[in-house]
Amino acid sequence: MATPSIDRLARATPPSLARKVRGLSDRAIAWIFVAPTILLLLAINIFPLIWTIRLSFTNYAANKTNAEVKWVGLKNYERILTDEDIWSNMTTTAHFLIWTIVLQVIIGFTLAWLINRKFKGNDLLTTLIVVPMMLSPAVVGNFWTFLYQPQIGVVNYIVEFFTGIPAASFSMLGPGGLAPWSIIIVDTWMWTPFVMLICLAGLRSIPDYIYEAAEVDRASKWRQFWTITVPMVLPFLMLAVLFRGIENFKMFDMVNLLTGGGPGDETLLTSIDLKREAFEKWRTGYSSAYAIILFVTVFGLASIYVKALNKVKER
Amino acid sequence: MSAYSVTEPSKVSKWVAGLLVTLYAIITLLPLVWIISTSFKTGPDSISYPPKVFFEPTVEGYVNLFTTRTRPAVSELDTLPPPDGLMEEIARRQGTIITGPSRFAERFLNSVIIGFGSTALSIILGTLAAYAFSRFKVPLKDDLLFFILSTRMMPPIAVAIPIYLMYRELGLSDTHVGMILLYTAVNISLAVWLLKGFIDEIPREYEEAALIDGYTRFQAFRKVVLPQAATGIASTAIFCLIFAWNEYAFAVLLTSGNAQTAPPFIPTIIGVGGQDWPAVAAGATLFLLPVMIFTILLRKHLLRGITFGAVRK
Repeated sequence: MATPSIDRLARATPPSLARKVRGLSDRAIAWIFVAPTILLLLAINIFPLIWTIRLSFTNYAANKTNAEVKWVGLKNYERILTDEDIWSNMTTTAHFLIWTIVLQVIIGFTLAWLINRKFKGNDLLTTLIVVPMMLSPAVVGNFWTFLYQPQIGVVNYIVEFFTGIPAASFSMLGPGGLAPWSIIIVDTWMWTPFVMLICLAGLRSIPDYIYEAAEVDRASKWRQFWTITVPMVLPFLMLAVLFRGIENFKMFDMVNLLTGGGPGDETLLTSIDLKREAFEKWRTGYSSAYAIILFVTVFGLASIYVKALNKVKER
Repeated sequence: MSAYSVTEPSKVSKWVAGLLVTLYAIITLLPLVWIISTSFKTGPDSISYPPKVFFEPTVEGYVNLFTTRTRPAVSELDTLPPPDGLMEEIARRQGTIITGPSRFAERFLNSVIIGFGSTALSIILGTLAAYAFSRFKVPLKDDLLFFILSTRMMPPIAVAIPIYLMYRELGLSDTHVGMILLYTAVNISLAVWLLKGFIDEIPREYEEAALIDGYTRFQAFRKVVLPQAATGIASTAIFCLIFAWNEYAFAVLLTSGNAQTAPPFIPTIIGVGGQDWPAVAAGATLFLLPVMIFTILLRKHLLRGITFGAVRK
């Protein structure tokens, strides 16, 4: 009885009246509430970013604090953009990025589509499937090195069991070209549920009456899938790809533990290379320029992608 | 009996779908089951080939995880007094003697302190900012919100370079406070975006009624909005906690001893002679278990959390 009447009263009251009520002005409260967050971000995100930009024009080395710091202009940028090794790392990253996204989209969408059949126990299974993506990527990377051990690893055993290829004849993380695929497998294992969950939300957002109307029009199931299901899930799927793309462009922890960039440079993603330059070779100025280039790349690609995403949403 | 519906999948298709998804669930959970089972194996059992599915369970891995041991000569081992306590007895069975506790408990505690500390801070700051963004006209609101989100696009290593230098100057390297502030800065974007979504869903009328009743804005926030947003705040907190708990890149670069968390520590666990896989598996099991439980608790808000509130169910 009481609540609805308050509701009605509240709705009848213009907001300006509420604002005149005693206490601090809303404007002051807004600033007091937002300020701490902005200050923290300024101190721990923006200030360091500006510092990185400044360092990127110098030859500073963090392990030689007494050495004279020289201003080198754009030389660091020039060296990175003309360095073939860096381009090969970019290619490695692109390979990782594209294959993880392709596999996760295909498997994730298929799973969501199956789960959407609403069979008994689908809730429980969904929860179980989701577990891997919530785990620590570093610990995951570490225990997959165990599963991937040469000769005695479980993965080698399973491959031998099903295909007859001798377990001792190949190595998932060693030389032989399998390592780039091994990291793709682990990432796909871990993150397919993410794509699945988002697709499932997309599928559940399609109202039944659209299918009912299609059925009245005698559209085949195949046609319904391509003209209703796919277009309506697409914005969701694209959002999932955006998230996975940004995350995997930054990928460091899981792969660092799994391969550390090896064997040779086969899985040397840009983030891992950056870590070597910054924290092993201590070329701070150079790696700052490297970091800025990576940031601009991910930011640029993401902005273009978001524009495309908005176009799809508008349709 | 419900009426026939064209959108209801047929019985056969349900059955096939259920079977395929069950199969995927089994395959995807296999690595986790393997790790948990490895934590209960002996050293030799863990690396036997073909891999052992059935084995005699032991807690050796857990004992090794929490202790450091040496392996004395066999003749020396025979001269020792009988083992004192269960842990010693289990170590003795492997031909080793316990020399002291390992650092695992410390690192685990660091994870707890830094995880909860940064979560609490993110939630306090995040709730205040989210309320302001939700209810007031903040100048440049959309720009600020986007700025907060874009901080997540930075590769962690790129951020780590200046943070490393800054913390070295300020004496925050390898301290709990330093890590709490850093994780809060990373988590705050998630917290603000999620909480804004939750607060947007609370009707403004409730507060406005309270304001008319003579509450100040702050009282209305505390007594009306906060209780309504409790579920949202709780699930946001779990997401922040899981992120801080799982984080590795900053932890490995910015901490070395005092404030090191478990993720950089677990891969460094080595036994007496070679990697001690049951101990590593035991560490991983203890570390991952809380997250598995939280995932089950969170399942309703999972989607929202992982997409920064972009997708709501």
